[in-house]
Amino acid sequence: MREITALGYSHFILPFMAGMTFVLGYCIISMVKVFIEITPADRRKFLLSLVNPRIMLKNIRDIFADCLLHVKLWKRNKLLGFMHSSIAFGWFMIILIGHIEVFIYTPDRVNRMWYPIFFRYFVAVADETMRGSLFFFLMDFFLLMILIGIILAMVKRVRSLMFGMRRTTRNTLLDTIAMLALWAIFPLRLLAEGFTADISGGSFLTKSLNSVLHNFISNAEINADPTWWAYSIALGVFMFLLPFTRYMHIPAEIMLIPMRNAGLKIRHARKGFSRLQVYSCPSCGVCIDACPMSVTKAHTKDATVYLNRQIKRRNGKRIEEISDKCLLCGKCSALCPVGVQGDKLRIAQRSVRKYGLEPHYDNIQLPSAAMSGEGEKVLYFAGCMSSVTPSIGKSLTAILEKAGVNYEQMDKDGGLCCGRPMWTAGRFNAAREMIARNKDIIEKSGADTLLVSCPICYRIFVERYRLENIRVVHHTVFIEELLRQGRISIGADKKKYVFHDPCELGRGTGIYEQPRQVLRIAGELVEARKSGQQSICCGGSLGSLSLDFNRRKPIINSSIENLTAMSPDTIVTACPLCLNTFSRYSTTPVKDIAQVVADKL
Amino acid sequence: MSIFGFKISPSSAINLSELDTRRWDELCRKAPDARRCMACGSCSATCPAAQFSGMSLRKVLLDLQRGREKEAYRMMSNCMLCGKCLMVCPRGINTRELILKISQIYKEEDR
Repeated sequence: MREITALGYSHFILPFMAGMTFVLGYCIISMVKVFIEITPADRRKFLLSLVNPRIMLKNIRDIFADCLLHVKLWKRNKLLGFMHSSIAFGWFMIILIGHIEVFIYTPDRVNRMWYPIFFRYFVAVADETMRGSLFFFLMDFFLLMILIGIILAMVKRVRSLMFGMRRTTRNTLLDTIAMLALWAIFPLRLLAEGFTADISGGSFLTKSLNSVLHNFISNAEINADPTWWAYSIALGVFMFLLPFTRYMHIPAEIMLIPMRNAGLKIRHARKGFSRLQVYSCPSCGVCIDACPMSVTKAHTKDATVYLNRQIKRRNGKRIEEISDKCLLCGKCSALCPVGVQGDKLRIAQRSVRKYGLEPHYDNIQLPSAAMSGEGEKVLYFAGCMSSVTPSIGKSLTAILEKAGVNYEQMDKDGGLCCGRPMWTAGRFNAAREMIARNKDIIEKSGADTLLVSCPICYRIFVERYRLENIRVVHHTVFIEELLRQGRISIGADKKKYVFHDPCELGRGTGIYEQPRQVLRIAGELVEARKSGQQSICCGGSLGSLSLDFNRRKPIINSSIENLTAMSPDTIVTACPLCLNTFSRYSTTPVKDIAQVVADKL
Repeated sequence: MSIFGFKISPSSAINLSELDTRRWDELCRKAPDARRCMACGSCSATCPAAQFSGMSLRKVLLDLQRGREKEAYRMMSNCMLCGKCLMVCPRGINTRELILKISQIYKEEDR
């Protein structure tokens, strides 16, 4: 390749350069801002993680898999995955090959930022560039890939169901303009390169376009400059708008991945890691379909994507409304392709609220729970829900008696709440007080196992109590162990059971398999339409602060409908709250897993 | 020490015309559920904090309405937001929202 301009410069690069400078400056400032906002301990953790080879490898792998190839979207829907990865990966490859070309053919222009982007304008094909035909082909190939991706993106705007999405996000005006600019970039590039392909060389796409253009347009050369201008302007517009639109997720995600891998957590409602998460949201709208509230159309605007948008706009009223309404089932976080933690983000928003009345628990006298005997000592925490669903506690104690477990119930005569409901309401100090009181009783009891029959309690026991040398176990896991060890035995019947994964047990603490194992022994296990990580919240969740009964009803019904898709004889759950909620509306009998097992003893 | 007879307790009469109902009105505006309570007492029966501070949402609402905030604050001080009241309320009142709204609107100092 040989250069055809003396200076390697033309005025048309200005829009691109302006946009590029702006976006780079903006990103660097934002990065520094996030870095300053995180706590010093987190900062140290983050910096240390950057030199840790194991985390470093994970970072590279995650950035490649999530930002370029969009593996999570491929798993969700092939077409959706292809659309995203063709644009992201194709664009990345074009930029990469552009740089390689500059390095090989015009090494003295390496310091010019615009050269790899507008390379074809500045060079002419020469005889010795036969080996360049590989690059020509690759460039055209990836350009074609992007163009297909953009056509798919256009189709997705009208037929999102093809891409496995029932509902998509409504764009803001700026989003739309940026999206149109993005769509325009690549056809304009094709056109621009098409006009100059007879000079600069090209492959199947640009070369063919070139001959078509030259055959149909007289004086085709004079169109070259305007199209290169248009290409540069489209790039410039896109980059100028990028920080204020959904496309901010492109740079933000690159920082989010290392920070997440470093183990950083949301510590502030708007600053630091939460700011980064909010800006990493690509507004794809996967969370809209995921949200159990979306069964009612009025609630579709309460999905995480809109929370992120309102946080960006600092719209306090809507932030409060959205974060209070959420059931905190965590499905949006589980399915989010970028890893925005919608539930934790909402708890953080709740935590900044001011209260005139603060609860305190220092006046409460609690009985101690001393355990005696040798061997295993199981302390059973039934939780306050047991007063509303006493059958679970009764069944579980029957199982424990039968298996000959040395146990003691900690809250026989009532006790303090585990603290999880208070925690999810964002009142951390009150929750911490309860945690400290309970922790004291548990640790002084001398037990080696803490058995919990409520997933809500279980989650906070696992996450926040930090009990030394005490194993915290949920009753589904405990029953499965008793069955496996042969300490209890149950006979199988011909009934069909479906297991409802409670949010706090499944997505919250990752227990999916053990309850199913128990049900396989008890009878025939059928699956709900959506189960496991995708299970639908029962609708009774204490996570929501403002959702009232009337608005919960459609959620409960849709959840029941999802569970009864395979017409099971019994709906089995492992959470007293799910049990209570379902029993109210379900025509199919609902039982806790402990009840199913105890009935068969 | 009274072994026998009657004790003279302060009058519990409430002069409704002197009652400052601004905060109660604010509560009703922000959480209209406050007016829907029919005082059945289901919440009081299931409340785990009842045995500690005598918490009873039914009474809290009544006390706030009648200007006896101090008593209401005392009862609410042990609320754990566990939501038992929410699960049993026959009127479908969103009790937790109500409690949080009360905690926001009323302040311990200005009673």
